[in-house]
Amino acid sequence: MATTPSLDHPMFKLVKDAFPGKTFRGTEFRGESTLIVEPGDLHSVLKFLKTNAACDYNFLSDIAGIDYLNYPAKTLGRFALVYNLICLARNERFFVKTSIDPSLPTDGIVNDPALVVDSVCDLWPGAEWMEREVFDMLGIRFKGHPDLRRILLWEDYPGHPLRKDYPVRGRGERESYRVVDRTSA
Amino acid sequence: MGLEAALPVDGFLTTQLRHVINWSRRNSLWPMPFATACCGIELMATACSRYDLARFGAEVMRFSPRQADLLIVAGRISIKTLPVLQRIYEQMTEPKWVISMGACASTGGVFDTYAVVQGCDQFIPVDVYIPGCPPRPEQLIEGVMAIQRIIDQEGIPPMNGGKRQPLGLVMQPTHVTKPQPVGVTVGG
Ligand code: SF4
Repeated sequence: MATTPSLDHPMFKLVKDAFPGKTFRGTEFRGESTLIVEPGDLHSVLKFLKTNAACDYNFLSDIAGIDYLNYPAKTLGRFALVYNLICLARNERFFVKTSIDPSLPTDGIVNDPALVVDSVCDLWPGAEWMEREVFDMLGIRFKGHPDLRRILLWEDYPGHPLRKDYPVRGRGERESYRVVDRTSA
Repeated sequence: MGLEAALPVDGFLTTQLRHVINWSRRNSLWPMPFATACCGIELMATACSRYDLARFGAEVMRFSPRQADLLIVAGRISIKTLPVLQRIYEQMTEPKWVISMGACASTGGVFDTYAVVQGCDQFIPVDVYIPGCPPRPEQLIEGVMAIQRIIDQEGIPPMNGGKRQPLGLVMQPTHVTKPQPVGVTVGG
């Protein structure tokens, strides 16, 4: 049963007042509020949420990448990024989400200029490995990242495996090894 | 106190050199525990006091492949781990044997994804497969004993170039599955 989200989180009003003229969306589920921003506003909004004394989200708990390909409901875009913020002083969580759409076919590893958002490593240094993981798994690049390399797979891996158009059994990566037999070892 | 107490002090035995070598090999199988997942826990249980792999001379876990005779592959082999496993196999000195323990090591198990190798026997030689998820310690012991029997009977099966052939043994489960939950009986 769908319930109406209650958009009474104090951050919604704070952000809206601090960024006049920008469009924001908000949603809430079981007491957790999510602010949905345009990709271009992402860095400035996150910076506001971190540095403003009333917000004080000083800990970035996680960055999650999502691929919404073939999602049954209507979505804002093909890919989404969710920033999971925590204010350690108030022990409070807040989520910031943004959507981006690719401009090129997503079945390879081509560098798509549309799949780029600003890195937040300058705000939370701990974002470095999280952004590398999102890049590794979904091929979303982060502008301003100090060292954007794959983190789990090897450098020349031929895909971004958490994209939904990547076959779950891979494209032969798990079969392409040399065979060690008893004569060679 | 042992056999020597029952023998004359200046007695001697004659035997074949092959038998003596195989006898000492079968009773000092030093495993290299390549435990990458939950099967490794069962491997640890096998080495602990209740099941006590030391009874079969295989308790000396060697984390250096140079000192190990028996590679126990216990767990999922991911696409990044397989080259490591191959290298460890190559670093082990002859004679060496390989046990593939559990559904994941033998077939990939339920993890039919891009990241999990669907059976390490595609890329390294395996002597004994132990089914189960995870196999019980008795089954692992049965697998070690199968390797001991092979060492006993044939020594190292020769191949054309003097190398060994794959043994390709498969262990059967050693227990009957009981209906669950098992009823509790007190006093017989
Ligand atoms: S066979 Fe089962 S117990 Fe063993 S590693 Fe795989 S999932 Fe874990």
